[in-house]
This record gives sequence, C-alpha cells and structure tokens, in this order.
Amino acid sequence: MSSIEASMSRRQLLTMIGTAAGSAVMYNAMTTLGFAQASTYTGPIKLEGDPKGASVLILGAGLAGMTAALELRDAGYKVQVLEYREKAGGRCWTLRGGDKYVELGGAVQEVKFAEGNYINPGPWRIPHHHYGVLDYCKRLGVKLEPFMQVNHNAYLHHTEAFDGKPQRFREIASDYRGHVAELLAKVVNQDALDETVTPEDAELLLESLKTYGVLDENYAYVKSNETSEYRGWEKEPGGGVDGAPIPSETIGLAEILQSRLWTNLITGDSIDHQGTIFQPVGGMDMIAQGFEKQIGDLITYNAKVTKIDQNEDGVTVTYVDSNGGEAEQTASADYCICTIPFSILSQIEHNFSGEMTSVIDSMYYEGSVKFGLEFKRRFWEQDERIYGGITYTNLPISQISYPSTDYFSDGPGVLLGGYCWGATAYQFNALPPEERVARAVDYGAQIHPQYTEEFSNGVSVSWHRVPWVLGCYGIWRDKEAQYAAAAAMDGRTLMAGEHISYLPAWQEGAILSALDAVTRLHQHVVSA
Amino acid sequence: MRFLQLALASALAFTPATANAQSDSEMMFKNPSRLTQTEGKDIYGAICAGCHMPEGEGAVGAGKYPALANNETLEAAGYPIYVVIHGQRAMPPLGRVLNDEQIAAVVEYIRTNLGNNYTDPVTVEEVTESR
Ligand SMILES: Cc1cc2nc3c(=O)[nH]c(=O)nc-3n(C[C@H](O)[C@H](O)[C@H](O)COP(=O)(O)OP(=O)(O)OC[C@H]3O[C@@H](n4cnc5c(N)ncnc54)[C@H](O)[C@@H]3O)c2cc1C
Ligand code: HEC
Repeated sequence: MSSIEASMSRRQLLTMIGTAAGSAVMYNAMTTLGFAQASTYTGPIKLEGDPKGASVLILGAGLAGMTAALELRDAGYKVQVLEYREKAGGRCWTLRGGDKYVELGGAVQEVKFAEGNYINPGPWRIPHHHYGVLDYCKRLGVKLEPFMQVNHNAYLHHTEAFDGKPQRFREIASDYRGHVAELLAKVVNQDALDETVTPEDAELLLESLKTYGVLDENYAYVKSNETSEYRGWEKEPGGGVDGAPIPSETIGLAEILQSRLWTNLITGDSIDHQGTIFQPVGGMDMIAQGFEKQIGDLITYNAKVTKIDQNEDGVTVTYVDSNGGEAEQTASADYCICTIPFSILSQIEHNFSGEMTSVIDSMYYEGSVKFGLEFKRRFWEQDERIYGGITYTNLPISQISYPSTDYFSDGPGVLLGGYCWGATAYQFNALPPEERVARAVDYGAQIHPQYTEEFSNGVSVSWHRVPWVLGCYGIWRDKEAQYAAAAAMDGRTLMAGEHISYLPAWQEGAILSALDAVTRLHQHVVSA
Repeated sequence: MRFLQLALASALAFTPATANAQSDSEMMFKNPSRLTQTEGKDIYGAICAGCHMPEGEGAVGAGKYPALANNETLEAAGYPIYVVIHGQRAMPPLGRVLNDEQIAAVVEYIRTNLGNNYTDPVTVEEVTESR
C-alpha cells in the first residue's frame, strides 16, 4: 500500500476524484435535459372520435412514419405513405448476406455473410425503459432477446497501457473499485471526514467500503481469495487433487490510473445501457418488417419527395422515381406528417412557415460509422470465452461488440468491428468502404490477433454517406429556443421523427414523437 | 447520448496531436477529436471528400452533397470559409475539428483545384475573423 501511495501523485488522485465527481455532474446534466429519463409512453393510444374521412400523407416510412400510419389507419383515416427506399424501416435497418448497399458516391457493397448472420448498421439495442418500442414489438409479434452490453470477460484496451495488451474488464473494474474504497477508508480513518459524516455514519461507511471494495480487515485491497472472487483467479477453482485455486495478483492503483482504462467502466451504467437491454431476434429490421406487415399496403416505395406545397385546402406533395426518373407525380391529402430527416428536408422545396424553415435549415446530422466483420469461426467465444458484450479501445474503431445471439454455434460469426464518432468518423467517411473495412481489421488485430487468420468479409456503413438521411441523428443548434416551433403544427403539417424528441438517436424518440403528432392531429381534426 | 460522446471525446483528448508532417496521408486518426493533416489537399481528402467526393463532384440520393468542382460560389473566399467553420443546413460545422490554419489551407485548395481557379491567397486572419 505505501508503495502505491508513494507512486501516486496528487494530480492523479485529483483526476480520479474528478472522475467520480464528473460522472455525478454529468448524470445531473443528463437528467435535467431529459436524456436519462424513462419513456413517457403510457400504453397504446386511443384516437376516439370520427375523422370524417380526413386523409393524411405521411412522408418517410421509418419507425416514426409507420407508427403514424398504423395508428391513423386504425382510427379511420385515409393514409398514404411516400418512401424513398425500396423497403420500409429507414434507420431501423439490418444487413444480411445477399444484401447490396450503394452509398453516396456510388460505392457498392455486396454483403457476403453466411446464412443467419447479420449486422445492424444503425440501431442495435433497446433499453428496458423504452416502453414504446417494446410495446410495438409485442403488438407486432417481434421476438426479443437480451443484448449483452457489459461483459466482465471482454476487454478494456489502450495502446499506451500494459504494453498494448488488452485487460479483462473485470480486473480493471474490481481493482479500481478496491483501490478507491481503500483510499476512502483511509481518509475516514484519519478522521478527515468528521465535518461531513457523523461518527455513526463513518462506521457504516467503513463497513460498506469493506463490502464494496472487497477490503481486508485492515481496510486494504490486497491479493486474496476474496478479491479473486471478483477480479478472477490466477488458477480457477477446480475438482480433484489439484482443485485448489490460486488467487491472482492485483494491479496497482497508479498503473490503473495511468492506463486510463477506467474511461469506460461506467459506460454500461447509464440508464440507456443498464440491463436489461434487448435486441430483436434475427436483426433490428424485424421491427420494420413487423410494421410493414400491418401497413405495407399503404406505402408507395421508390418515391423521392421533391416538393411539399400546403395551402388552406390541403397538402400536395410532388415526388419522382428514386431510381432516376424525371417524371413528376403528385399525391394530395388534407394533412401531412413529415418524417423526412431535416438534413434532407432542407434541400426540398416547401412552403412551411419562416420559423419552421429556420429550424429545418439549422439542423445538421452527426456522423457515425459502423463495421460488420465476419470471421470464419467464433474465436472470441472459442479461444477467449467472450459471449456477447463490448470491448472498448482507444484505437479508432473505439469498440468491438460480440454477437449476443447464437452462442457456441459452429461456422462463421459476425461481430461489430467498430463504432466511431467525431473526427474519427469524418475520416472513415472519406475512405472507400473496402479500405474502411481493411483498417478496422488491422486495428482489431491489435486486440484479437486471430483477426488476421480468421477474417472472411466485411461491410461498413458511414452514416454521412447514407443516401436517405445524410447522417446519424439530428443536432440542434439551440434546442431550447427552437424545439417548440419544430413540434408545432405548421399549416397542415406536423413534423415527427427521432429529431423531434428528447431521445435523440433512439427509436423510442421516433415513436413517441409520432404518437404525439397523431394525437394532436386527431384532436385538431375531430374538433374542426 | 450526446453527453456521453462529449465526455468520452474529452476523456480521450489527452492523446497529443503529434504534428508529423512528413506524410500527411498517413496521419489519419491521430487524434480522436481533431484532424491533424496540414496540407490543403490532404485535409480535403481526409474530410471534405467524404461528402463532396474525391473530385468534388458531389453526390445525389434522397438528399445531396453539392459539387465543389467548377463551383462559382467559391469566388469570394469568405463564403467557403464561413460554411466550413459554421456549417450550413446539412453541412456540419467543422470549426471544431479543424483549426484556422487548416481551414485556410483547405479553402485555398478547393478554390485552386477541382476545376476552380481563384488564385487570390486565403489568409489565416480571414478565417480567424470569420469564427
Ligand atoms: C449508428 C446508429 C445507431 C443507433 N443506435 C440506436 C440504438 O441502439 N437503439 C435505438 O433505439 N435507436 C438507435 N438509433 C436511432 C434510430 O435509428 C432512430 O432514432 C430511428 O430509427 C429514426 O426513425 P425515424 O422514423 O425518425 O427516421 P428514419 O428511420 O430515418 O426514417 C425516415 C425515412 O424517410 C425516408 N426519406 C428520406 N428522404 C426522403 C424523401 N426525399 N422522400 C421520401 N422519403 C424520404 C428515408 O428513406 C427513411 O425511410 C441509432 C441510429 C444510428 C444511425
Ligand atoms: C458531412 C458531409 C459534409 C462534409 C464532411 C463537408 N461538407 Fe461541405 N457541404 C455539405 C452539404 C450538405 C452542403 C450543402 C449545404 C446547403 O444546403 O447549403 C455543403 C456545402 C458546402 C459548400 C457550399 C457550396 C455551395 O455551392 O453553396 C462549400 C464551399 C463546402 N460545403 C465546402 C466544404 C469543405 C471545404 C469541406 C471540408 C473541409 C466540406 N465542405 C465538408 C456537406 C459536407
């Protein structure tokens, strides 16, 4: 212990305390802004009253558009949906073997995954408190299974730490917690907390730190059978003559601090990532397919909206064939629900109000890149006993997520070979898909040397290159000032989608915004 | 979600931006929160080309990225400088991932390449003032 103290600088200690304080501050900020709140979904909506034959044009067949279509159709409206793509779902999308994806710029990727394998290039997990998505899954018969977020047997990796060798999550998590508990116990025992903690609570605090940090009778975090129960063993307990376990060495505090592997220790603790998290069996687009089964007949596919014109009498939308046709067609209705991402809407001719136009024109979309890599065998399971979950790294790929399904199966497996943002995503976006994949394989091989031997094929989706959204999710310039205008009924149109929500980049946001839009539209119609 | 990303980005931002100008094209991903290329051509290739395409030809889907090739809006440097720093509609603001020198270099590059020929120099001061 004394050696740890000696080797730990004040700056390191402050950084560590700052991390703990920072996460609390961050959590407060998140809660205030609505990011960490549970969904406001209160069960299937009931649109009572006669719509009197009113018709609604819905633009975009993502989850927002299809939710609106389903509920309005059931309430007796005449509904037509115009969708740019050849299929429904929008960002709720899955790539499987045999699929072909053409990104902006024309690069074609033919997905070569084996039968049954897939990657979700967009949404991939459904938190337990996204009641809207979960309820639609139930109603639409979409089967769900657990998504592994935290896996203590996956890795934390930093190129500059531990000679670049990945460390098991459990070792860093247990040792970090143990050392922090030990330090705090020391502070209590020096009576340094007398002003903040009563003597009775100080006793309880010590007792709790012993439990929490797995400290010994001297409040020290040391190599022992007890700590090995958490951080893992040098030699696992077994049976027979040589069954006795050997406890493992702990990693020193200074080394853990300097490694920065603590960066991702609480990523899985945010409410959006806590257990239980789900994924649809077979791919996220099972949700899209579930909706499509109900309202697919209302959708006009390959319809690229080019103009929206509304007046006192109704809304007329002009569209052309997405595959390059010039011939303009029009569709008209009494009302419109527009779920076209603002990135694209800003490029479409329309006559929305000045206020609405300025919100549309001010929203840009964040970039993000995901990789689906197929390997000849599930080496992460077979060699490393990693069943689902996520490895975090400071490499540009930022994480590797192992499939949460079909464990122990023979044959090829697909993992998420990277998921990046910011400056890294911009640079991947500028590379051709094959080169993106090649780099993801190179980087991943620094964590799993098996990559080199076992890699079979891969696909990468860079969201700034996705032709029908131009990004991952909408960024507000000034949400507080602009939100009301964007959510308000503008003439005969209501906007809906992920961007009109306080759950940005979540499917729940798309669904809740659509339910809110149809509810307000319906009130308007029945009271007219 | 955005908060998590920001927190993550700042936590990782300790990685020093070791300016190693010998081979700009190999300087991809040197810093998780900024681009580190210094030559206009390399900056273009590492970020702008992802949307405006390698020859500045642009791209069209349901939405589009405008061509920068033979683009007369580049005549006055002030316009591309402003757009790169602050963004415009679907174009994200890039003033946070590029510094003033990089923006001057890349704007000079697009104004004198991709079929454009506006040869008056772009100064770093112009960029700084446009922030
Ligand atoms: C990388 C990534 C990761 C994500 N992770 C998760 C996650 O784990 N969990 C989660 O719940 N959510 C996640 N999301 C968010 C989720 O995907 C979105 O919030 C949701 O799918 C958005 O639905 P939407 O209906 O608002 O928009 P979209 O699904 O984008 O629907 C809009 C539709 O409009 C169509 N369209 C566009 N332009 C035109 C036009 N001119 N004419 C006609 N039609 C047009 C599009 O083709 C599209 O079908 C993620 C998103 C991304 C990109
Ligand atoms: C994420 C995609 C994206 C990236 C990356 C990007 N742009 Fe853009 N850019 C756009 C979009 C979209 C527009 C159209 C904006 C509008 O509708 O006004 C645009 C417009 C422009 C314009 C105005 C063109 C005109 O005709 O009015 C210039 C100049 C420009 N970009 C330069 C750049 C430069 C230089 C870079 C790199 C430093 C860059 N862009 C990177 C998406 C991007």
